[in-house]
Amino acid sequence: MAKRALYFKAKELKTSTADAKDVEVAIGRIYEEDWEEPLGPTPFPSIKDLRDWDFKLLSRYRPYYLPYCDVCCLCTFGKCNLSQGRRGACGLDLRAQLSRMVLIACCIGAATHVGHARHLVEHLIEKYGRRCPINVGEDTVEVEAPVTRLVCGVRPKTLGDLEDILDYLETEIVHLLSCAHTGQEGHYLDFESKVLHAGMIDQVGMEIADMAQISAYGFPRAVPDAPLVELGPGTIDRSKPVILVIGHNVPPAVEIVNYLNEHGLYGEVEVCGICCTAHDITRYSPKAKIVGPISWQLRFVRSGLPDVIVVDEQCIRTNLVEEAQKIKAPFIAASEKNCQGLPDRTDDPADEIVEDLVSGKVPGVLILDPDKVGEVAVKTALKVAPLRKKFRSLPSLEEVVEGAKKCRGCMECMRACPNNLQITPAMKEAANGNTEALAALYDDCIGCARCESACPVGIPVHSYIIASAEKKMLSEKYKVRAGRGPIQDIEIRNVGGPIVLGEIPGVVALVGCANYPHGGLEVAEIAREFAKRRYIVVASGCAAMSIGAYRNEEGLTPYEEFPGEFDAGGIINVGSCVSNPHIAGAAIKIASIFAKRSLRGNYEEIADYILNRVGAVGVAWGAMSQKAASIASGFWRLGVPVIVGPHGSKYRRMLLGRKDREEDWYVYDARTGEKVYVGPCPEHLFFAAETKEECMVMIAKLCMRPNDTSKGRAIKLTHYIDLHKRFYGVMPDDIHLFVRTKADIPLTMKDEILKILEEKGWQEKPIPDPTLLPRLIRKKGGSE
Amino acid sequence: MATDPWQRAEIPGPVKASVITKSDVVVALLKKAKRPILVVGHEAAKMDIGGEKLIDYIIRLAKAKNIPVVATAHTIKEFVDRGYTPAAWMPAVDIGQRLLDPEWKGLDGQGQYDLALFVGMPYYMEWVILASLKHYALNTKTISLDRYFQPHATWSFPNLSVDEYRKRLKEVLEKLGGE
Repeated sequence: MAKRALYFKAKELKTSTADAKDVEVAIGRIYEEDWEEPLGPTPFPSIKDLRDWDFKLLSRYRPYYLPYCDVCCLCTFGKCNLSQGRRGACGLDLRAQLSRMVLIACCIGAATHVGHARHLVEHLIEKYGRRCPINVGEDTVEVEAPVTRLVCGVRPKTLGDLEDILDYLETEIVHLLSCAHTGQEGHYLDFESKVLHAGMIDQVGMEIADMAQISAYGFPRAVPDAPLVELGPGTIDRSKPVILVIGHNVPPAVEIVNYLNEHGLYGEVEVCGICCTAHDITRYSPKAKIVGPISWQLRFVRSGLPDVIVVDEQCIRTNLVEEAQKIKAPFIAASEKNCQGLPDRTDDPADEIVEDLVSGKVPGVLILDPDKVGEVAVKTALKVAPLRKKFRSLPSLEEVVEGAKKCRGCMECMRACPNNLQITPAMKEAANGNTEALAALYDDCIGCARCESACPVGIPVHSYIIASAEKKMLSEKYKVRAGRGPIQDIEIRNVGGPIVLGEIPGVVALVGCANYPHGGLEVAEIAREFAKRRYIVVASGCAAMSIGAYRNEEGLTPYEEFPGEFDAGGIINVGSCVSNPHIAGAAIKIASIFAKRSLRGNYEEIADYILNRVGAVGVAWGAMSQKAASIASGFWRLGVPVIVGPHGSKYRRMLLGRKDREEDWYVYDARTGEKVYVGPCPEHLFFAAETKEECMVMIAKLCMRPNDTSKGRAIKLTHYIDLHKRFYGVMPDDIHLFVRTKADIPLTMKDEILKILEEKGWQEKPIPDPTLLPRLIRKKGGSE
Repeated sequence: MATDPWQRAEIPGPVKASVITKSDVVVALLKKAKRPILVVGHEAAKMDIGGEKLIDYIIRLAKAKNIPVVATAHTIKEFVDRGYTPAAWMPAVDIGQRLLDPEWKGLDGQGQYDLALFVGMPYYMEWVILASLKHYALNTKTISLDRYFQPHATWSFPNLSVDEYRKRLKEVLEKLGGE
């Protein structure tokens, strides 16, 4: 699978020397010959090969721009004022500039995952060899790489094969990023098309990373009953040395566990993690513990519990060296992407590094050899823990009360807080001796500590909140199911029909970061609500952790309350950020395994299938990062709508449908070629919800698809109406748009809905075999 | 009266809101408007303004000037519970997008609005929706009726204490002949 210089297919080829039929030529890239599946039209697509599909999506889901900045400052022509129709010196208007910024964000996100995958694959090849087989599901997964098959048209069989795919991904990211240069792309729709391309590339990059680590490290391979692992600061045994790992690229953490095991030390040291490295280390060793999502990073470090902090890459607080020094914890950076200004000690003897860290001669080191990180981290933890035993980093409650008296009530902390938490009144109460109001902020705090930077008198506000809620923090003990990896083929066979026909009302994927408007509890509430309604709930990353950080009346966490099978009523943790393609992959595999559609290099047809038939919705309630942006855009191109929380409105644009524009909601009936109105299904592709309640109603609504059978549509409408009535107190005002025939009407609401339909002048509509692609019309001489 | 954005880093661009220094400004703008619309977010039902919720005041204001109300998110329930039926309910981003569209027929089929009043959304969400209107709906004036300065509105209250805020709202209502 080397670089492709030329590829063409011909039904019939006549030359002066020969006549040939069904000719397929690829020069520069060798396509697998023993794979019966025909190669589709767009293997290894370039940045413009799927432009037509993108424009179809963008003509229905028009970009709604939410300017986050009115000027452009990317070149020395600027700053350019782009307000109210003005153009910059390069000719760009604000709409194009905003879409350009979205592209840049998605390129950052895609580059981060692809760079992560590249480092991981290189490391694993060094350890396990290029011929290490890809094995993500033993004999339960035949379609091992659905996204890669779909996009690239190849089936990777070994770690070495993954390198070739990474070559392609890196090339695409370079081209995409180059489009953002001054004087390149100029039209907002083409920027948006490239955003979708970045998202698709990102999905492949993530899939490569997770396939590699599952295969080489033996993570759970599509296992529905993956072990329950411990979650929460309260699960950490404080009597032992504690090594905290943070980030996303797991080899250093793996080598810590290996070193402990090889030296019979595992029971003597706690290994715990924050963010996706935490997920992945528990997939490697279920004895490791997850502290929590990214938003718990600073609170856990400030608690003083970690004896050694090891960071790899992504989503790491960038002043963590300084924070580690405050708690006297040695710091090890383990990725060249995140050197933190530390001396490179990779080639020094381990014991020498340990001595320097334990003595405090250096606050931290950079070690770019995961094996050495394992040895140094363990030895340092064992030596430094006894020295730190009596050290207390958090202020006492008395100190909080005393310190709060310095507060001048200027409200700068509140004005810096992303969620406008009521810090100043709480500080006032603390100054009067009552720290309960400060403690009450703990659950909603996202841990950014902007409040501290803003305080003119230097009150360590975040530490005061944590100290006030210390008891609660140390009592947080939950369970989360270790990331299971892909969905089994047999699971897809079992649920493919009910999902496509609408009888399983939908697949809800809760993914992404922890920039929540009201704490992580809302994510757990959303997950439980839809699992109880027999949707399939899938989770990954920090959202998967937030779901676990909840207990019901019986004391069970959602992962104990609901099964881990990909089936109605399940809550499934697929794993870390790079496990997200297993969610996209499940939708793709429904088209392949259930509907027997060819995947291989056949992106447009499969995306059309998913958009029209697979009732899946992504929810990134606390989406914060550029990676979250690119992950979302990968889902959009595939026809899966994504809902973000209110902070997601700062991503600069939504992709919204207009249900009041009837002309936007016609599809072809593939049987007849007729154009048929199918209603606003799904209504939006990228949507920011203001509240949890609105999010839940929208999830139910966005699960409707043109292909739903009447039975399926009735089930979906039941959930939509029920949630709407519960949270909004009234019937939805758009039911008539979703009822196609009287058989679609939920039986228990028949009279009420018939009356509404009559008032709206509703008429029956046919249920088509829906597609947006004229080439899929089976009847010759169809509409176009 | 502070006229910098409530959230310090949410600095606007070259075109900034005019500050409503007197309640007469709101009254005059409302009287001048041919087609006003009032968009109300969920925080209106949470914010206490001296013995009552902001939404209670908003209902009286809407009635006084007969302004059609759009309730965003689940705010419709709060209105209905109070015996008031808004003209419509829809997501904040949906109404924001429709207000940009010169072809939109409006809630009543009579076309686009010339004055949009906003209140009760999360600060940052209202911030970007107002920014969008500022740039792309040049024929629509916007007013933020929130307690905090919104730099992308055409007109906004400055950052106010609860007492001062209640006083301003009361004045507006009285001058419009409301209860």
